[in-house]
Amino acid sequence: MTLIDSVLNGDRLALARLLTQIENDTPDGRAALDSLFPRTGKAHLIGVTGAPGTGKSSLVNQLALHFRTQNKRVAIVAVDPSSPFTGGAVLGDRVRMKDLSGDDGVFIRSMASRGSLGGLAQATAGMAQVFDAAGYDVVMIETVGAGQSEVDIARLAHTTLVVEAPGLGDDIQAIKAGILEIADILVVNKADRPGVENTEKALKSMLEMAHPTQRVYLHHGVPSPLRPSPVGRGGGGEGNMWIPPIIKTIATEGNGIAELAGQIAKHAEHLRVSGDWAVRERARLESEMETALQERLMSQFRERVPQTRYDEVMRQVFERSLSPGEAVKLLTNGRAK
Amino acid sequence: MVNPGKHGAGEQTTSSDKKIRVLVAKPGLDGHDRGAKVVARALRDAGMEVIYTGLRQTPEMIAEAALQEDVDVVGLSILSGAHMALAPRIMELLKANGQTRVRVFIGGIVPDEDIPRLMELGISGVYGPGASTEDIVKDIRNSISEK
Ligand code: B12
Ligand SMILES: Nc1nc2c(ncn2[C@@H]2O[C@H](COP(=O)(O)OP(=O)(O)OP(=O)(O)O)[C@@H](O)[C@H]2O)c(=O)[nH]1
Ligand SMILES: [Mg+2]
Repeated sequence: MTLIDSVLNGDRLALARLLTQIENDTPDGRAALDSLFPRTGKAHLIGVTGAPGTGKSSLVNQLALHFRTQNKRVAIVAVDPSSPFTGGAVLGDRVRMKDLSGDDGVFIRSMASRGSLGGLAQATAGMAQVFDAAGYDVVMIETVGAGQSEVDIARLAHTTLVVEAPGLGDDIQAIKAGILEIADILVVNKADRPGVENTEKALKSMLEMAHPTQRVYLHHGVPSPLRPSPVGRGGGGEGNMWIPPIIKTIATEGNGIAELAGQIAKHAEHLRVSGDWAVRERARLESEMETALQERLMSQFRERVPQTRYDEVMRQVFERSLSPGEAVKLLTNGRAK
Repeated sequence: MVNPGKHGAGEQTTSSDKKIRVLVAKPGLDGHDRGAKVVARALRDAGMEVIYTGLRQTPEMIAEAALQEDVDVVGLSILSGAHMALAPRIMELLKANGQTRVRVFIGGIVPDEDIPRLMELGISGVYGPGASTEDIVKDIRNSISEK
């Protein structure tokens, strides 16, 4: 039996080993993704992002417990940063997910960001695809809210939760600009802590100030602006509009989890009814396709042009006798002009 | 992860060689977690990816985590004196799960007379108070390359 057959048969060790192949971007891993591809597209991918320590893992733990009561199979990819100096990492998210052990309907995988450009997004997307094909109904992806990885995960996920907590500085400036572009649901966790109201208020006024524009999922399309509308009605406007609801939770006690799960379900429903689900899927596949194409063309180019030739042309660029544009023409057409 | 092209810069990335993944777990009921944390950090600083599970893990939880994370090494920190009950059980579960290639290391309070018995079980190394983290790193690396 091949590794893929074993994975599809529910062999968890095989699944774990395949995830390693995906993470290391091996030829076997890539081939597996190719053959699993027709089986993907069913799982609900949920991104969970936010500043360090806001309670993302605790929330994921609670949400997983909740989804399990609905008999959904749950996969979790928990990403923590790699040290930029040593490349090592301490991945500690499992500490908050002890409640999930001993349940065959749950699979948790920790992952270091490994700091490579775009690599995180690619590996996470690949892992999500494997879980999807292996029959997991929900895939939750936890990332530390930082720059590009956050945006990448939001693009990958169908539903993105942005987690805030009181005490991180409750004024508007402290809440990161741009979160409205990625948040489908705003979570104010640690609602047992002083300052919740301030955090909630800050988020609310941000929502009100922002003239929400629809996320640009049409890869080559034109974004369509939406009109601003009253906030705080718990999400789900008319027509094609989704206003991120703000949900208060106490992850350590499970408070607010049912409501949060309800909003997640509502968002999935909204995506399906509005057609956004398909739009997002298509945009994602398009960009995956583009990445694959770029890679392929690059490697073909590499096979054709020897390194010495490349270095020589590069030297001319350094000397400013060729512009980068001309250099590329020279390398691909044999003529600089 | 994607090699952006041999020609360009950004070639210095060393991340292409496979990372050593280590599960550091504290089985049993004692709360001595300093040693586990010290070792976890030392392994990270040596470039390894360490999955830390925290306190009070049952052998079943440890074996399950080792499986899901597909680790190369399991490190157990035991200062409760219960190592002779915990270690055999964990070895048994790892084997039952098909993880015969995983290396297992133990640290904490282990009397010398217990060490031969642990080595017989297939434990790769035992470390007590004051053990140098450099030695631990070196031994883990060696055990992997022997595989
Ligand atoms: C600090 C300490 C405490 C602290 C713990 C704080 C914490 N969060 O860790 C406190 C005060 C809470 C405490 C409490 C108790 N303690 Co105490 N404690 C110690 C002490 C003095 C030092 C332990 C320590 O942190 N060392 C520093 C770290 C860095 O060293 P380490 O853990 O040994 O780790 C090194 C190696 O062992 C190894 N290693 C460790 N883990 C791992 C893992 C891997 C994978 C690898 C490769 C290597 C490795 O590498 C590390 C680096 O060198 C020891 C005595 C001693 N000399 O060890 C007693 C000791 C461990 N405690 C002991 C006892 C009995 C207790 C109590 C039960 C006391 C009581 N009656 O209340 C309670 C239990 C509390 C509980 N909930 O479990 C006994 C255990 C006896 C036994 N096992 O036979 C000891 C040995 C003292 C003694 N001589 O009696 N303790
Ligand atoms: N008081 C309170 N503490 C909480 C709550 N949720 C989580 N915590 C605590 O906050 C700390 C961090 O929680 P995690 O779930 O690890 O947070 P995280 O966002 O996953 O952290 P990183 O992955 O390190 O970024 C832990 O000590 C939790 O117990 C909550 O609702 N209330
Ligand atoms: Mg976390």
